[in-house]
Amino acid sequence: MSTILNETGEVAVAASDGLWLSADDAARATGWILKPEGMCQADLCVPLPKDAVRDDRADIAAFWRLLGNPVVHDTAGETWVLGTGADQRNAALAGLMAPDFTLPDLAGVPHTLSALRGNKVFLCTWASW
Amino acid sequence: MWQQLFDSLKSENFMIVAVAEESRGAEHARQWIEQAKAEYWCLIDQQHRVADLYGMVNVPQAVWIDAAGHIVRPPETAGSTDHFRLMDRTTRTLATEHQEARQAARTEYLDAVRDWVLTGHHALPADRAQHALPRITPDIALAQAHFRLGVWLRSHGNAAEGDVHLAEASRLHPDSWNIWRQAADLDEVGKASGEAFWQRVQSLGDRPYYPPPKL
Repeated sequence: MSTILNETGEVAVAASDGLWLSADDAARATGWILKPEGMCQADLCVPLPKDAVRDDRADIAAFWRLLGNPVVHDTAGETWVLGTGADQRNAALAGLMAPDFTLPDLAGVPHTLSALRGNKVFLCTWASW
Repeated sequence: MWQQLFDSLKSENFMIVAVAEESRGAEHARQWIEQAKAEYWCLIDQQHRVADLYGMVNVPQAVWIDAAGHIVRPPETAGSTDHFRLMDRTTRTLATEHQEARQAARTEYLDAVRDWVLTGHHALPADRAQHALPRITPDIALAQAHFRLGVWLRSHGNAAEGDVHLAEASRLHPDSWNIWRQAADLDEVGKASGEAFWQRVQSLGDRPYYPPPKL
């Protein structure tokens, strides 16, 4: 099994030849559905290059880069990061809606920024280092 | 430092979200959070997700978010100043005048936060907030992917390969003190403020380590 680190967490997948995935694994890792017309999400389909799809499996690293997103992996090909491209980050910020996130407190209890809607929020970072 | 601010504003539909950019995990942040006796949210961000989402490059940085969830002040230095660069590093002391100037800047910043919560002052109109946003480049986006992989590999018993990705992240995003210092800290606790850190600060020359907020 390989591990994919995507925008929100970790997904275990059965990858072959790099990051070739079944339609089911691809959907769990990316939220995009493999269809005859390409990789689809809601009404949008992105056609895949011919050499990126074979026997109901797709080259998800190639697809992810096609979307303009970074892809990095370890030398063993067991751990992959499907990152988020600069355009998407900039577009999210340009709308000025504070990007949402969920993180744990010391006790491991998750907290989601958008749950504070209705309050002014002072979001600050710090570190022990 | 934030608890006092929170105390004075907690009846005002206001919350502080203090995010520890802490790839070593919650235990390394615990003593600081417990000492602060914090009543606001103190969250642990092992993968520096907040820095990635908001384009932050140092700590402490803060974003002001209004009640509708809109950014009204993009990331900026939150109360710290460059006075530490004037410190006598053998005695670890700072001249009184610099201590006072540092304290004055911190007070001014905290007063501005209070002013914003109480009156709305200092919130930027949308066009100015947009103008002040950080610009994420393809290299920065790639750096964040390498950083994430580096931290993951380090926490899964593969420090040697993790360090390769952390170094690559720093090379791609040299302005990020978060990436460089976190990598140094993962290598060895204390290294993030060791000799190499000071050399890196010195090489800034006239450029600020903590750019002052434009209040």
